[in-house]
Amino acid sequence: MSALPIEVQGLVHRYPREATPAVDGLDFTLESGVILGLLGPNGAGKTTTLHAILGLLEPTSGDVRVFGCSPLTQRVTVLSRVNFASVDVDLPSNLTAQECLHIFGRLYLVPDLQARIDELLERFELSRLRRHLIGTLSAGEHMRLKLCKALLNNPELLILDEPTLSLDPYMAQKVRALLKSFQHDRGLAILHTSHNMQEVESFCDRILFLHKGRKLAEGSPRDVLERFKSQSLDELFIRVATSGELFDVT
Amino acid sequence: MSPSVVRIGALLERYLLLHRRSLVRAFDIGFWPVMDLLVWGFVTRYLQAASGGGPFAQVVIFLIGALISWHIHYRGQQAVSISLMEEIWTRNITNVLIAPLRLWEWMAASFCYAALKIGIITVLLSVIARALYAFDLTRVGWAFLPLAANLLVFGWAIGLFTAGLLIRFGYAAEALIWGIPFLIQPFSCVFYPMSTLPAWAQLIARGLPSAYAFEGLRSALRGEPIAWTIWPTVVGLNVLYFVGGTICLVWMFRRARATGHLGRLGQD
Repeated sequence: MSALPIEVQGLVHRYPREATPAVDGLDFTLESGVILGLLGPNGAGKTTTLHAILGLLEPTSGDVRVFGCSPLTQRVTVLSRVNFASVDVDLPSNLTAQECLHIFGRLYLVPDLQARIDELLERFELSRLRRHLIGTLSAGEHMRLKLCKALLNNPELLILDEPTLSLDPYMAQKVRALLKSFQHDRGLAILHTSHNMQEVESFCDRILFLHKGRKLAEGSPRDVLERFKSQSLDELFIRVATSGELFDVT
Repeated sequence: MSPSVVRIGALLERYLLLHRRSLVRAFDIGFWPVMDLLVWGFVTRYLQAASGGGPFAQVVIFLIGALISWHIHYRGQQAVSISLMEEIWTRNITNVLIAPLRLWEWMAASFCYAALKIGIITVLLSVIARALYAFDLTRVGWAFLPLAANLLVFGWAIGLFTAGLLIRFGYAAEALIWGIPFLIQPFSCVFYPMSTLPAWAQLIARGLPSAYAFEGLRSALRGEPIAWTIWPTVVGLNVLYFVGGTICLVWMFRRARATGHLGRLGQD
C-alpha cells in the first residue's frame, strides 16, 4: 500500500520566547484525491502546520510524514512530489512569466517543459502575458502565475495558502474548477487554507478546524455543521474566534 | 544530463537574467569596478609624478594590480551572498527553499555565477588599466591564476558565511553583505606590504589567505619570485575558511528551521 500524502502525529511547535505552542499536539492525515481545508482564526497554527509539512520548520516534537518520508531528512524526494502557492510568497518580479516558469520547471526537472508551460498558461488564461515582467502583473494575474508554478511538476500533493484571495469571483471560480479537475483526473491531494468559508464549504471534501494550535473539529463540511448545529461555516468560524471553543451538541 | 547539473544551470540562468534586466546589477560588473579603477589609477599617476620618476614610481603601480585583484575577492563574496539576498528581496525565497534543490547545488550555482562575474570584471579592468595607465596585468604571468583562485575561494568562503547570517537573521543581516569585506580589507594588505602593519595586526593578517595573495602579487609585479613555500599553508587556510563558511551556512539553516524563522524569511 502506498504511503499517504500527509500523516501528522502529535505535532507540537513552540517558537522561541513564546509562552504557548503555535501548534499543540496536532494529528491528521490527508489521502490522495482529497481536498482538506485547514481553517482557523489568525494565530491558530495553520501556517506553522504548512511549514512543518514543507520542511521549512523542524517541529519541537511529533512526526510529519509526506508520502511516508520525512520532509526534513528526505527533502528532495518529498519536495519533487509536492508544490506550494501562497498569497504571501511572490515569484521574482524581475523575470517574465515565461522565464520564471522555465527556471522553476528546470528546478523540478519537468519533462517536455515548454509544452507544460504552454498548457498551464493557457488554462490559467495567461498566455498573452508570458513575455510580461512579473512585477507588472496585477495581483490576480500574479496569483494565477503562482498556481501555474505550483502545478508545473504535476504534484501529487498541492499546498495552497489563500489561493483565491486576490482573484475576482469569475477567476476564483475558474481556479477552483481547474483544481477540482486535477483532483479528479490525477488523484491530486490538496491541503488548502482559506478565510473564505463559502469557498471552503463548496471546495473542500474535509475540513480541520484549528484554534490556538489545537484541533477543534474535523470532518466533511456538512458533518461538522450538523455536529455543532451551525447554519454555516462562517457562523462556526465566528463562534471559534470569539469563544475559542466548540461544544459538541450530538 | 544529470539532475544536479540541470538544477545548477536553472539557478545560474536565473542569476544571469538579472543582469539583463536590472541596471543596478549591471553596475555591479561594468560601473563600480571601473569607477574604482579610475580613482586608483589617477592616484597612481599623481604619486608617480610626485615621486619624480624615481624607484617609487615603479613600485606604486602595484596599486592598480591590487585594486583589480581586490575585486576578485570582494565581488566573489558579493555574488554568493547577493544571489541569496535577491530571493529575499523579491520574496521568492520560500519558492526556492521548497524546490527539490540540494544546498550544495545552490552553492555550486552561486560559485559559477561568482566566477563568471569575476572573469568579466577582471578582463574589463585589465583592458582599461592597460589603455589608460599602461598597466599590464600579464606581467604577473601564470602566477596570477593561483593568486586569483586563492582570492576567489576566500571570497566564496566569506560569501557562505554571510549567506548563513542572512538565512538566520534575514534583512537584519543585510548590512553585513557590504560590510564584512571591509573588515577584512585592512588586514589583507591590499595596498601595502604586511610589514607595514603593527605586530598585532600582522598576527591577524597571517591568518588571512588574501594577505598572502597580495604579497605574492607585489613580488610578481616587482619581478621577484613569489614565496611559494608558504602556499601549502595558504591553501590549508583557504580550505579551513571554506569548510567554516559551509558549516556556518548549514548550522544557520538548521537553526532557522528549528526556530521557524526559515518559513518567515523575506516576510518580516
